[in-house]
Amino acid sequence: MAGRKLRLCFKGVAATVSVHDTAEPNRRDFLYIATGAVGAVGVAAVAWPFIDQMNPDAATLALAEIDVDISQVAEGQSITAKWRGKPVFIRQRTAKEVEEAKAVDLGSLKDPVARNANLPSDAEATDANRAAEGKEQWLVMIGVCTHLGCIPLGQSGPYDGWFCPCHGSAYDTAGRIRQGPAPENMAIPPFEFTTDTNIRIG
Amino acid sequence: MQWLDARLPLPRLMYDSFVAYPVPRNLNYAYTFGGILAIFLVVQILTGVVLAMHYAANSAIAFDSVEKIMRDVNWGWMLRYMHANGASFFFIAVYVHIFRGLYYGSYKAPREVLWILGVIIFLLMMATAFMGYVLPWGQMSFWGATVITGFFTAFPLIGDPIQQLLLGGFAVDNATLNRFFSLHYLLPFMIAGVVILHVWALHVTGQTNPTGVEVKSSKDTVPFTPHATIKDSFAMAIFLILFAYMVFYLPNYLGHADNYIEANPLKTPSHIVPEWYFLPFYAMLRAITFNIGPIDSKLGGVLVMFGSILVLFFVPWLDTSRIRSTAFRPVYKIFFWILVADCIFLGWLGSRPAEGIYPALALAGTIYYFGHFLFVLPVLGLVETPARLPGSISESVLAKHGGSGTPVGAAAAPETKG
Repeated sequence: MAGRKLRLCFKGVAATVSVHDTAEPNRRDFLYIATGAVGAVGVAAVAWPFIDQMNPDAATLALAEIDVDISQVAEGQSITAKWRGKPVFIRQRTAKEVEEAKAVDLGSLKDPVARNANLPSDAEATDANRAAEGKEQWLVMIGVCTHLGCIPLGQSGPYDGWFCPCHGSAYDTAGRIRQGPAPENMAIPPFEFTTDTNIRIG
Repeated sequence: MQWLDARLPLPRLMYDSFVAYPVPRNLNYAYTFGGILAIFLVVQILTGVVLAMHYAANSAIAFDSVEKIMRDVNWGWMLRYMHANGASFFFIAVYVHIFRGLYYGSYKAPREVLWILGVIIFLLMMATAFMGYVLPWGQMSFWGATVITGFFTAFPLIGDPIQQLLLGGFAVDNATLNRFFSLHYLLPFMIAGVVILHVWALHVTGQTNPTGVEVKSSKDTVPFTPHATIKDSFAMAIFLILFAYMVFYLPNYLGHADNYIEANPLKTPSHIVPEWYFLPFYAMLRAITFNIGPIDSKLGGVLVMFGSILVLFFVPWLDTSRIRSTAFRPVYKIFFWILVADCIFLGWLGSRPAEGIYPALALAGTIYYFGHFLFVLPVLGLVETPARLPGSISESVLAKHGGSGTPVGAAAAPETKG
């Protein structure tokens, strides 16, 4: 490619000094460029499988949907499910925790967006938008700190929610970032209640 | 030998490069670390190849296979400790080598390409060391990989797809371990390739020396063998003694205890730290705790960390001084040692938890780091009054030691240019 470009440049220069040569691109220029273009497409076509093989494979993608039985989770209890290799916290919150989360002034939040995959991306971070639809005591969220990916500890920290031991990010009872270096609220994955005691995540 | 030389002039190339090659006669021990680095590349490749005969790159058994190497494989404990500590000593040597280059102006014209090749080797080393640390599949391996690949999520839009491409999944898992093993095996050979270019570039321009004055006549040089060969060998022997001490008496001193706990994707260690040689960069990553305009704190930290290495590529053009060697730059000498102290300080901060006063100190250290390269280096070169340079290398040597101009043995040796 480089050699070809150089030659084309040289021809351009020659055109300005020679009376016999014309500045019009000729058939040979066209053939050079066409050959180069076909070659580039060929290289890209060969390179793509070598790059794409690194993306998540079929087996990994097949695990992208899981069913979780929550019939044994009483009020004030949590379970952790593993989805896409990441922990998902499923918690039946106490009435006190829900009240605390509702009482928060939205203006005081570091991240005012719900980060809920089931809602539009600009939904406000109210407690109702964070919790499961119609079942506000249930909170289902990806238990990964939005700072650098550590897993926060439950029911601890200054806001009674989660506390990340790595760099000190504190989340409230709705999993919203309140203090520390993390930029966003913990993410809510796409999920639905298939029955009253079963959640399908993904 | 002549038969081969007429068909493939390899013996001649070796003779010209490592026997008759003229080296400045005033090289000090700071100049022996290039050879030490070559030895350590060989040590790492040799121990690595044999460890790969016993290691299994599968997340279900990787941790156990490393323990098996430690307990069951003949000499496995020694080979693994040599490999793990070899990485640390590789970085000790490369840091001395880099600071030697900065002190004696080894990056200045006409050695810019030589310097840039060196920075590329440094980047390859960092990638290799990072991926190698993931292989034992301990807690630090796993969470280090999570945090480091998490850097890419800082980039808007393309961040998450890039991270998934690197990991081969949505989190660090078996696919990640497999590809890291493959690349960890490949990269050292790429390093070896760039090292060949690095040595080639060195032998085209010739070495610098502590005075920074170019070689002017054959009186300024001595043949590589025996002079540099013996000096390099002696330094290697001392360095290898230190290495052996660590391998046999303090094999886990530079490691982290949490990495002897098998990786658990559902539990984060309370305090994630990278290996010591990455600590200054880790401190710079965490120093940015505030948003800068449209760049949020997470992206800012990542850009600063990559920038701290990127700036090294431009050092040959950032330094405006006419004088090559810091030995003749009285003011810059002070700033150079402040930079060394700053890097060590940042390394210490990287090992501290990110709370209290530490992030503020890390920010100050980061600002000084960039200030050195982007402000001190260009400005001081224009305003500083250097000390008087010696007329030639031999003049400087004679002024120091007196006596005859030609060391014993050098007169008899042919001083052909390699």
